[in-house]
Amino acid sequence: MTLEERVVRWIMWFAAGFTVVFLMTPLLVTVAVSFGSSTVFTLPPPEWSTRWYERLANTRGLWPALLTSLQVAAVSTAAAMVLGTLCAIALVRGRFPGREAISTFLVSPLMLPGLVIGIAMLQGYKALGLRDVYVSLLVAHVVITLPYVVRTVVAALSLFDFSLIDAARTLGCNYPMALMRVLVPSLAPAFLTSGMFAFLASMDNYPISIFFTDAWTKTLPIQMLQYVEERPDPTIAAISAGLVLLAILALVIGDRLVGLRKLADF
Amino acid sequence: MTKSGAPSPWRDPVVLLAVPAVLYISIVYGFPLLWLLLKSFSGPTGPTVQPYIAFMSDPFNWRVIGNTLRIGLWVTVVCFIIGYPAAFALARAGAVMQIIMLVSIILPLSIGAVVKAFAWQIVLRRDGVVSQLLVGVGIWDEPQRLLFTEAGLVLGAANIFLPFMILPIYSVVKLIDPRLSEAGATLGATPLYRFTRVTLPLTLPGVVSGIAFVFSMSVSMFVIPSLLIGDRFQTLSTLTGRSFLLMRNEQLGSTTAVILLVLAVSIVVFSTWLARRLGGST
Repeated sequence: MTLEERVVRWIMWFAAGFTVVFLMTPLLVTVAVSFGSSTVFTLPPPEWSTRWYERLANTRGLWPALLTSLQVAAVSTAAAMVLGTLCAIALVRGRFPGREAISTFLVSPLMLPGLVIGIAMLQGYKALGLRDVYVSLLVAHVVITLPYVVRTVVAALSLFDFSLIDAARTLGCNYPMALMRVLVPSLAPAFLTSGMFAFLASMDNYPISIFFTDAWTKTLPIQMLQYVEERPDPTIAAISAGLVLLAILALVIGDRLVGLRKLADF
Repeated sequence: MTKSGAPSPWRDPVVLLAVPAVLYISIVYGFPLLWLLLKSFSGPTGPTVQPYIAFMSDPFNWRVIGNTLRIGLWVTVVCFIIGYPAAFALARAGAVMQIIMLVSIILPLSIGAVVKAFAWQIVLRRDGVVSQLLVGVGIWDEPQRLLFTEAGLVLGAANIFLPFMILPIYSVVKLIDPRLSEAGATLGATPLYRFTRVTLPLTLPGVVSGIAFVFSMSVSMFVIPSLLIGDRFQTLSTLTGRSFLLMRNEQLGSTTAVILLVLAVSIVVFSTWLARRLGGST
C-alpha cells in the first residue's frame, strides 16, 4: 500500500469515527443529563437520579401538549396516508402529462423553509376564513406528513407488479378483494415506514406549528422550547430522552420491516 | 391500437385518484404561498416593490443577509469536510461498522431540532463537553464558552444537518465500481489524478444535492439559532420569525419571508439542474 493510499484510508476512517461520535453526542448528552442529579447540567453527573422523571408528572402544560402533538400527528398521518396512497397510485399507473410536476409539488414542502410555509399558511388561512387554531394546525400538518407518504409509496408502487392483481381476479377475486389481498400486503412495509416517519415529522415540527398556537393549543416542541427559554432544567432532558426512546423504537421497527440500508435511501 | 385510436390520457379514470391530494395541497399550501407573494408586492395603491426597496436600503438588513449567507456557507463547508470522506467510509465499511454508522446517521434524523439544539446548549457551555475536550487536548489553555458564539452555532447546525450531506453522497458512492480506480492505477495514473479524474466526477451529483440540502436548510433554520446564539445575532429566518411572533410587523416579516423563499427555491432549482447536467439520478 502506498503512502497516499494509507493517508486516504486514515482520513476516511477518522471521518467515520468522528461522524459516529459527533452525531451521537447530543443524544447521549441528553440521556446522561436526564439521569443526573445536578440541576445545572454538570457532566458527568455527580450522581445518578431519576428525580427529573418524577418531576415530569407534575410539569404544568406538558401532558396536554404531548396529547395535542400525538393527536395532531395521528390524524394528519392518517389523512396523509389516504390522500398520498391514492395519489401515488395515479402517479405510478396513470399516463397523463405533468406527473413529475405533481410529485415535485407534493414533496416540495420538505424542501422549502418551514417558517415561510408557516407564515404563508397563517395569512392564507386568514384570507380563506379559517380561524380555528386546532383545525388550522391539523390542516397544516397534513402538508408536513403528505410528502413522506407520497415519496415512499410511489417508490414502492413502482416496484409492484400490477399483473398480480389481474392474476388474483382471474383466480376469482373481485377487484376490491384483489387489492386487499395482493396490493395491500405488499405495500405494508412502505405504509408503515412512511407513516412512522410522517408521524415523527409531525411530532417534531416547530416552524409551522408555532403559527397555529394559542393558550389552549400547544404542541410538544412549542411547549418544550418555551420551557428551555424560561426555566431550563433537566426536566426537558427527561422529555427529550423519551423522544429519543421513541426514535429508537421507530428505527428498530423500520429496520425489521425494510432494513437499515433501505431507510438510508435518499 | 393506432395512435389516433388511443384514449386521451385524461380519460383514464386513474387520474381521478390524484385529484384529492392535488386539490388539498393546492388550497392549503399552494394558495397561501401565492397569497404571500401577491401581498408582499401589493401596496395601498396597486403593485409595488416599495417594501423591498425600504428593506434593501437599510444597512442593518444587509448585515442580516450577510449573517445568513456566512453561517450557511460555514455550516456547508464543515458538513462537506466531514461528510465527504464519511460517505466513502460508509460505502466501504464492513457489516458491523456500516450498521453503527447507519444507526448514528438515521437515528438523529427522527429526533426534532428542539431536542438536539437543547442538547447543544449543554455541550457548548463553558464546562461543556467541547470545552473540556479542547482543554484536555491542549488546544485551549482554559475553558471557554461556545454557546452564543458564531462558532458554536456553526458546530451545532453542522451536527444537525450532517446526515443530509452524507446520505446523498453515499447514495452515489455505493454505485461506483472500485475497479474503475484500480484500472486507472494499472494504467499508471497517480492517486491524485485518479481521484480528480475518476472518483470525484462520479460523486458530483451526490455532492451537489448534499450541498444544496445543507445550505438551504442552514439558511432557513430558525430553532437552532434561537437556542444557540440568541437575539443579538439575526439571520433572515430569525428576523422573519421575530417580526411575526414578537414585533407583529407583518410587512417586514412578509418581505423577508419572500426573500427567503426565493433563495430556497433558487437553490433547489439550480441544484436540480446542475445534478441533472452532471448525469446523476438523485
